[in-house]
Amino acid sequence: MPPIVVVGASLAGLSAVDAVRSGGHDGDVVVLEAAAALPSDRPPLSKQVLAGTMEPSAAHQPLAGRLDELAVDLRLGLRVDHVDVAGLRLDLSDGSSLSASGLVVATGASPRTLPGPPLAGVHVVRTLDDSLALRRDLDAGPDRVAVIGAGFIGAEVAATCRGLGLEVTLIEAAPAPMVRVLPEAVGAFVADLHRAHGVDVRLGVGVEGLVADGDRVRGVALADGTTVDASVVVVGIGVAPDVAWLEGSGVPVGNGVTCDETCLAAPGVVAAGDVAEWFNPHFGERMRVEQWEHAIEHGAAAGRRLLAGDGPGEPFGSVPWFWSDQYDRKLQLAGRPAATDEVHVLEGSLEEQRFVAAFRRGERCTGVLGVNRPRHVVQARMRLTESLDWAPIEELLS
Amino acid sequence: MKVVVNFDLCESNAVCMGIAPEVFEVRDDDFLYVLQEEPAEELRGKVEEAARRCPKQAITVED
Repeated sequence: MPPIVVVGASLAGLSAVDAVRSGGHDGDVVVLEAAAALPSDRPPLSKQVLAGTMEPSAAHQPLAGRLDELAVDLRLGLRVDHVDVAGLRLDLSDGSSLSASGLVVATGASPRTLPGPPLAGVHVVRTLDDSLALRRDLDAGPDRVAVIGAGFIGAEVAATCRGLGLEVTLIEAAPAPMVRVLPEAVGAFVADLHRAHGVDVRLGVGVEGLVADGDRVRGVALADGTTVDASVVVVGIGVAPDVAWLEGSGVPVGNGVTCDETCLAAPGVVAAGDVAEWFNPHFGERMRVEQWEHAIEHGAAAGRRLLAGDGPGEPFGSVPWFWSDQYDRKLQLAGRPAATDEVHVLEGSLEEQRFVAAFRRGERCTGVLGVNRPRHVVQARMRLTESLDWAPIEELLS
Repeated sequence: MKVVVNFDLCESNAVCMGIAPEVFEVRDDDFLYVLQEEPAEELRGKVEEAARRCPKQAITVED
C-alpha cells in the first residue's frame, strides 16, 4: 500500500502523524518539508529566542524527539510541484513522483510582506532563522525599531524589544491592536499596556511605504505624512496560507484549503493547522485558526479522519485557545469573538491589568479573555466546550 | 505512572488543568499545583494528552 503522505513538518503535520500511529496505522508515513531543517517551535521566536533567554536549539517542536518512534520517513528540502487528487499522486521538486494512500495538507502559512525591493534591516518573524536574523540587527543597537502591525507577532516583538532596552514605535492601521482576534475595547487595553512600557503606539494610521537609504531601510513613511525613523523594521501584517502548490489539483481552496466539519477536503485528502479552513460545528461557522494548540488538535483530528477512510468520520468541534506573553502580562483567549461582540469585564479590572472579560453576542458567549488569569480562562474554556450559552459563563466568572 | 513537572519551564498556561483537572490545578496565585503525583492508571490518557499539549513541554510522565 502506498504511504500516507504529510506535506509540512510543523505542528499540525506531525500531530497528524502521531494520530495515525496512535490509531493503529503501521504502514509507511512520508513527511515532506520544504525547509532544509525541521521547523522549530514558533512561540519562542518572538519572545525567548529573540530576547536571547532561550538557546535556539531548545526551541524544538513537541514531537521533534519522537520521529524515530513514530517511524517517520522525513524528507527535507522538498516541495510538491503538483498534485493529482484523483490518483493521489504527487510530483516533487527533485523530479520524482510519489503515490499516496492518503494526503495530509499541513503546509501552514507564510508572512505577508510589503511591496517593494528587499531592504536590509527589514524583518518578518516566522522561522528560527528569521528570529536570529532580527536578533543580530537588534544587537547592533538600532536607535529605534519600527514594528508594522500590532497583531500577536508585532505586539510580542515590541514587548521583547522594550525588554532589550530599545526604543520602539508600534504602527497599526486598525483603531486598536489585535483586532483580528479581540474586540476593540480589549485591544485598547493592549495599546495602553504598550504605552505604559514606553512604546510609541500609532493607531489607525496606514503605512505608505518604507524609506530606504541605498539598500538599507531607514524609516517608515505613514499615511498621515509623517515618517518614523528606524534602522530596523519588523513587518507583522499577518500570514497567507501556503496553497499555491494546490492550484489545479482538485483540492478546493478559498481562505486556505476548504474542508468539511471532519477536516476532509477531498476523498483521501485532509488538511489541518494554519492552512486549513473548516466548518467548526461547535460554533456553527467556518474558521481558519492560526494558533499553536489548535494546530496540534486539528492535526490529530485530521489524522483520525484519514484513518476513518470512506466512513463518515468524526466532526471536529473545538473552542480555540491561545496565549500571548507581553511584558509581565499573560493574555489568554478561549473562543472566537468578533470585533463587534459586547465586552463584559466579569473579574478584576482593566486598570489593574489583571482581569477576565467575556464576549457576548445575543445569548451566546463567543469567548473569554484573561489577563494574568489562567485558571479562569481554562475553566471557562471547559464550560464553553460543553456549551456556548452566556448564562453559565457569567455565573462561573462572577 | 509518575507525573513530573519542570517548574523552571512551566508558565502556568493551565492547558493541563483543562485536560486533567484531577491532576493539575492552577490556583489564584498563578502557580501550578500537581494534585496527584502518582495518579491512577485510568488517568493515563488524560495525563499524556496534557503533556503533549503543554505549550512549554514542562510535563513528563514516567512509568
